[in-house]
Amino acid sequence: MTVFTVFFIIFLLTLMVITALAIVQTKNLFAAAMLSGIFSLMSAMIFFLLDAADVALTEAAVGAGISTVLFLGALALTAENERAGTAGRAAALAVVTVITAVLVYATFDMPRLGDPNAPAQLHVAPWYLEKTPEYIDVPNVVTAVLASFRGYDTLGETFVVFTAGIGVLFLLGKAPVGQPKVSPAMTFAGKTGLRHYQIPRVVGRLLIPFILLFALYVQFHGDYSPGGGFQAGVIVAASVVLYALLEGEEQARQALPAWLLRLMAATGPLIYGFTGVACMLLGGNFLDYSVLAHDPVHGQHYGILVIEAGVGVTVTGVLISIFHSFAARGAK
Amino acid sequence: MEILELYNYWVFAILLMIGFYAVTAKLNLVKKLIGLSLFQSAVFLLYISMGPVEGGTAPIFHADVTGRVFSNPLPSVLILTAIVVGISTLALGLAIIVRIKEAYDSVEENEIRELDRQ
Amino acid sequence: MSVEAYHLAVLQVVVPLLSAPFVVLLRPRGLAWAAASAASAMAFAIAVSLTAGVLSGDEYRYAVGGWAAPYGIEIRVDALTSLLLLVVTGASLVALLAGRRSLDVDIDDARQPLFYGAWMLALAGLAGIVVSADAFNIFVFMEVSSLASYILIAAGPNRRALPATFKYLVMGTIGATFYLIGVGLIYMMTGTLNLADMAQRVHEVADQRPVLAAAGFIIVGLALKAAVFPLHAWLPNAYTYAPHAVTVFLAACATKVQIYVLLRFDFLVFQGNLPGHEFQFSHFLMPLALLAILLASGVAMMERNLKRLLAYSSVAQIGYIMLGVSLLSATGLSAGIIHIFNHALAKGALFLAVACLGMHIQGLRLGDLAGAAKRMPWTMAAFVIAGLSLIGIPGTAGFVSKWLLISAALAEGSLGIAVVAVVLIGSLMAVVYVWRVVEAAYFQSPQAGSPEGRHEAPPMLLVVTWAAVLGNVYFGLAPGLPIKLSQAAAASLLQHLP
Repeated sequence: MTVFTVFFIIFLLTLMVITALAIVQTKNLFAAAMLSGIFSLMSAMIFFLLDAADVALTEAAVGAGISTVLFLGALALTAENERAGTAGRAAALAVVTVITAVLVYATFDMPRLGDPNAPAQLHVAPWYLEKTPEYIDVPNVVTAVLASFRGYDTLGETFVVFTAGIGVLFLLGKAPVGQPKVSPAMTFAGKTGLRHYQIPRVVGRLLIPFILLFALYVQFHGDYSPGGGFQAGVIVAASVVLYALLEGEEQARQALPAWLLRLMAATGPLIYGFTGVACMLLGGNFLDYSVLAHDPVHGQHYGILVIEAGVGVTVTGVLISIFHSFAARGAK
Repeated sequence: MEILELYNYWVFAILLMIGFYAVTAKLNLVKKLIGLSLFQSAVFLLYISMGPVEGGTAPIFHADVTGRVFSNPLPSVLILTAIVVGISTLALGLAIIVRIKEAYDSVEENEIRELDRQ
Repeated sequence: MSVEAYHLAVLQVVVPLLSAPFVVLLRPRGLAWAAASAASAMAFAIAVSLTAGVLSGDEYRYAVGGWAAPYGIEIRVDALTSLLLLVVTGASLVALLAGRRSLDVDIDDARQPLFYGAWMLALAGLAGIVVSADAFNIFVFMEVSSLASYILIAAGPNRRALPATFKYLVMGTIGATFYLIGVGLIYMMTGTLNLADMAQRVHEVADQRPVLAAAGFIIVGLALKAAVFPLHAWLPNAYTYAPHAVTVFLAACATKVQIYVLLRFDFLVFQGNLPGHEFQFSHFLMPLALLAILLASGVAMMERNLKRLLAYSSVAQIGYIMLGVSLLSATGLSAGIIHIFNHALAKGALFLAVACLGMHIQGLRLGDLAGAAKRMPWTMAAFVIAGLSLIGIPGTAGFVSKWLLISAALAEGSLGIAVVAVVLIGSLMAVVYVWRVVEAAYFQSPQAGSPEGRHEAPPMLLVVTWAAVLGNVYFGLAPGLPIKLSQAAAASLLQHLP
C-alpha cells in the first residue's frame, strides 16, 4: 500500500463517520436514504482498496443500488419526514459509550492492518490460497471458497434471500384494506414512467441491453474476476428497475410476470440444493462437486457453474418480486 | 502508516455505535432500520480489515503467481454472505413498516404505542 | 454405520430446507399444509433415528462438500444436539398437525403456500443451527430461522402483531450482529471458524483483549436472542400476537436453540481456556436467572391476557434453564438441559390448549374465559394437567427438572439453600398464575348472552393437545430417555472444564 492509498483510506473512513452522523441527524428520511447510499459507495471504495474486490462490487450494487430503491419505495408509502425525535437518549448514549469503550480497549491487542503474521493469515487462509489451484482450479479464490469450500454457507445465504422474498410477498402481496396515499416521490410506481421524456427514455433503452450483457458477464466470469451469481442477479434486477422507471411499472410487470418471478425465486434454491443432493446420490458428501465428473476438478467446475446459476436465478426472481411488491402497493 | 494500523477498527467501533444509537433512541421506524443497516455495515469493515496482507493483492490468480503475496479470501467470503443477510433483513423490515403504516397510519413508535393502549 | 445413516445428519437440514420452495409453489388449498406436515414428519423421523444412533454410541461427523474441518464446514450430532433436534422437529410437527384449522382462519388461501414455506424455512434454520459445528455457519442458519420466524409472527390476525414483529426483527438483528462481531474477533485472533478448532487455538491467545471482548459480545448477543432476562423485551408481544400454532412452535423451541448455541460456544471455546471465565459466567448468569424467575413470574401473576401470561412464564422458565446451567456442576447442567425438553413439552401443551380455546373464544383475556370449562371440558382438562407440569407437580415432566435442579442446588452448600428457596417461590408463583386461569374457566359464570352447551375444539387439534399432555405425564413417570440424553450432554460439555 502506498502512502497515498493510506491517506485516501483515512480520508474515506473519516468521511464515512461524518456521513453516518449526518444520517442520524437529518429529519428528512429521503435525505437519510440517499446519504446511506453514498455511505455504501464509500465503503465499497474502501473494500476495494483493502483487496476485497468482490465485496466492493456487491456493496456498491446492494448498498447504493437495491437498498436505496427499497428505501424510496417504502418512503413513498409511509412518510418522508421524521415526526418525533428520540426517546431514552441518555440510556442509549450510556450503552453506546460502554460498548465503544470495550471495543476500543480491545483494539490495542489486535494485529495491525496488513500484518502478514496475524493469526487470520496463518491458519486456514493460506490453505485456501495454496489448494485452490490444485482442487478447484479457478483463478478467483474468493469464488472457490464461496462456492465450494464453504458452499454450504452460500446455500444458506441463497435461502436467506428466498426467505426475504417469501416474506415481502406474504406481507405486501394482499391488497390493503384502505386506499393508501401515493406520494409523488414514487415516480417509478407511476403507470407511465418517464415515457414523455424522450432523452432519458432513449438513452435508458439503449443502456438496458448492455446492462444485461454485463450481468451475464458477471454471472459466468465470476470464476475469473470479481462477481458471481449474486452480483449478476442484482444487476439484472437493476435493469428491470430502470425499465420500470422508463416505461412504467405495468410494462415491466408484463415483461416479467409475477408467476414467472415466483417460479424463478423458488427454482433457484432448488437448483442449488439438488446439486448437493445429486452429489450425494453419486456417492459423495452433500455439495461435494468432485463426484459430478470423472475428473474431480472438472466436477468442481460444473458444480460451481450450476450453483452460481441457481444463486443468480434466485436473486433475480426475489429482488424483482420485492421491487414489484413495493411499487404495486403504491400504484393501487 | 502507523496511524492507519488501528484506525480502521476505531472507525468500525464508532460507526457501529452511531448505528446502534439510531436503532435504540430514534422513534421513527424507518430511521431505526437505517440505523440498523448502518450497524450491520460497520461489521463489514471489521471483517474486511482482517483481509489485506502487506504487499499483497486481491486473491485472483491471473498470470504467474510465483513469489506474489495474496490477501486473505475468507473475510470477503463471509462478508458477501453478511451483505446478503443485511439486504434481506432490510427488505423484510421495510415491508413490515409499510404494513404498520397501513394499519396504524403512523410510523412513529410512540404514536403506535399510544394507539395500542386505547 | 450405513451410508444412509451417515448422511442423516445433513438430511436433517436438507429435507425441510428443500421442501420450502416446493411448498411455496403448491397452489390448491390444503396441499401446502399437507406437504409441510409430511416434510416435518420426515424431519422428526430423522431426529428420532439420529437420537437412536447417538444412544447406541454412534458419533455423527459430516464434512459438507467433502472438505474436512477446519477448511470446510462440519456438521456434528451428539447427545445435546439430538435432544434439541427432537424438541425442534417434534414441536414443528405437533404445531402443524394441530394448527391447520386455526391457520385456515388466520391466513387466506392465496398466502398459505408462502406461510407454510416460511414455516419450513424456520424449521430448517433451527435444525441447521443445532447441527452446525462452524461458528459462521451458525450465523447463516440463525438468519434463515429468524427471518422466517418474523414472517410467521407477522401473520398474526391482530394488527399488534406487526409492531411486535418489528421489535423482534430489530432486537434479533442486533443480537445476531453482536454474535457476528464476537465470531469476527475470535477469527482475528485464531484464524479459524470451526468451533472445535477454535477451542484448541484460543488457548494461546486467551489473555488477549479481543478474545475477552468476543466472549462478551457472543454471550450478550445470544442472551438477547434467547430472551434471557433482562433482554427479553421482544418476547411477550411476539408470542402473544403470533397465530396460535406459531406460538406453539416457537415457544417450544426457538429460544432454546439460542441457549443451546450459548452453551455449546461457551463451554467448548471459552470455559477452560479463558482464565476465571467459568466464575464470570456463573456470577453473571445466576443473578439474572434468579431475577427472571421472580420478576417474570410476578408479571405473569398480574397479567390479564392468557397468551401474554404464558409468554412471561416462558421468560421465567428460561430463568430455570439458565439457573441450572450457572451451577456449573454435572447435575446442574443436566437439570438445565432436561428443562429445555420438559419445558418444551409443558409450554407446548399449554399453548396447544390455548389454540383450542382460541377456536371459539375471541380475545383470550382471562375475563373471556368465564365458563370455558363447561363449553370445552376436554380442552380445560388438558390445560390443567399441562399447567401442573409447568408448576412441577410429581408425576409430570416438570417435576423431573425441578427435582434435579433442587438436588443440584443443595450440593452447593449455603448458596444452594437460597437457590432452592427461589425455585420453590417461583413454583408457588406458577401455582398462582395457573390457578388464575383455572379459576376464570371453572368458577366464573359466563357473561350473559354467551353461547350455551358443549362446543369443543376440532378433533384433530384436541387429539394432538392430549397427545402432548400425555407426553408430559409419560416423561414425568418414565423420564429415562431425556435424563440419559441430558446427562450425556452435561458430561460432554463439562469435559472442557479444567
